[in-house]
Amino acid sequence: MPHLAIDNLSADYGDQPILREVSLSVERGEIVSIIGPSGSGKSTLLRVLTGLLKPRSGVVSIAGAQVDYTSARTLRAVRDRFAIVFQQYNLFQNMTALRNVTIAPVVVKKRDAGEVDVEARALLAKVGLSHRIDAYPDEMSGGQQQRVAIARALALRPEILLLDEVTSALDPELVSEVLDTIRLLASDGMTMIIVSHEMGFVREVSSKVVFMADGKVVETGPPAQIFDAPQTERCGDFVRRILKH
Amino acid sequence: MGALFEEASRFFTYYNLIFLGQAFAYTALLSLVGCLAGFCFGFGLALVRNRHIVSFAPARYAAVLFVELFRRIPFLVLLMVVFFGFQLAGFDASMFTVAATTVALSAAAFSAENIRAGLESVHVNQWEAAEAMNMGGLAALRRVVLPQAWRVIIPPSMTYAVGLVKNTSIASQIGVLELTYAAKILNQKGFSAAMCFGTILILYFVLCYSLNAFAAAMERRLAAPRHR
Repeated sequence: MPHLAIDNLSADYGDQPILREVSLSVERGEIVSIIGPSGSGKSTLLRVLTGLLKPRSGVVSIAGAQVDYTSARTLRAVRDRFAIVFQQYNLFQNMTALRNVTIAPVVVKKRDAGEVDVEARALLAKVGLSHRIDAYPDEMSGGQQQRVAIARALALRPEILLLDEVTSALDPELVSEVLDTIRLLASDGMTMIIVSHEMGFVREVSSKVVFMADGKVVETGPPAQIFDAPQTERCGDFVRRILKH
Repeated sequence: MGALFEEASRFFTYYNLIFLGQAFAYTALLSLVGCLAGFCFGFGLALVRNRHIVSFAPARYAAVLFVELFRRIPFLVLLMVVFFGFQLAGFDASMFTVAATTVALSAAAFSAENIRAGLESVHVNQWEAAEAMNMGGLAALRRVVLPQAWRVIIPPSMTYAVGLVKNTSIASQIGVLELTYAAKILNQKGFSAAMCFGTILILYFVLCYSLNAFAAAMERRLAAPRHR
């Protein structure tokens, strides 16, 4: 049984359908990447999983238990299992890097502040930011902010880490520092769903690649299939176009 | 000029100083009570209007209705409405209560808009990041959004409060013995207008200036730093 099973999930923005009967499964320790053109619903899928957008229909199960997104209690439970890193980092602007990482474990999970502090410093060291612990988001580069955001997500001890185009807002020379951080997590065996346009990276780290278009899953397969021998014309067109440059 | 000095010796008598002091206290108290009550009420209204805090739509509409209505009523008219409203309800309220209620109602409506603007100035992604971490709406408000919003909320609120201090002079219309009314009385007693109104001008200035100093202190204290 997969750790996360998404079955026929649909969601709308207003009356605009964004996700149409998306099905997807993620095993523990697996890295699943979602690729596809803009507006294909990749980010929306992650937003639905964390409960930021209510699904219209469909079933999401984690560890065999079905998630009810309409109930506040089960929504809290499901959010404990996921952590999301956003394209625009979304760091709390009024807090230092360290505070950004410690706030949720201390305030939401009511963990011991001293213990969290030690762990947060270790996480910031892991993402290579020991020297920026007391910096505010405004004082950091995009790459640094995004690495703080990753540390912040890890501090929640998620079962599944969701990465939503985490390098898309970065200057090109800052992309690699963030990708290196994600590689590090991959080598730790972190379960991840990655929405990305970095095709080389996707191919390298993913155990499975999902190609989405128009809110639907068009093709799913190992990276070698998606990039070298796509089974659908739509996926083939996309991969050819994006790999050309 | 010499005449003014000569008059000052007659004007600043023990009795008149007490009289003006009391009037000053009335104006200050009216402003303070009205503004504080109004700000708290306005804060509540702004929260009810915020969909991250309250998801019950009818409550939101009620808050909008209150704000839009009370922002559009002239202060003097509102004063009369409250005055006759208390009478109609058979409630024997003092003139000070009537005036303070009026100030509070007006302040609530205007503060609600200032606070709403402040909350909306904080990017929605801050709410979302907090929500995705299971932080409740009120915790996100207190720890993430408000510290960033104060900087936007406080300056217009204080501009409004200063305007309100000046508006309290209208309460003289229903006989609250505040600064303006006191000046009128002293003027009628034969003191020159320059002396009477010049004196309360300085007192109003002192009151408003201290209010601004208070605002600056609040802003330093509440608004979160974004730099070291």
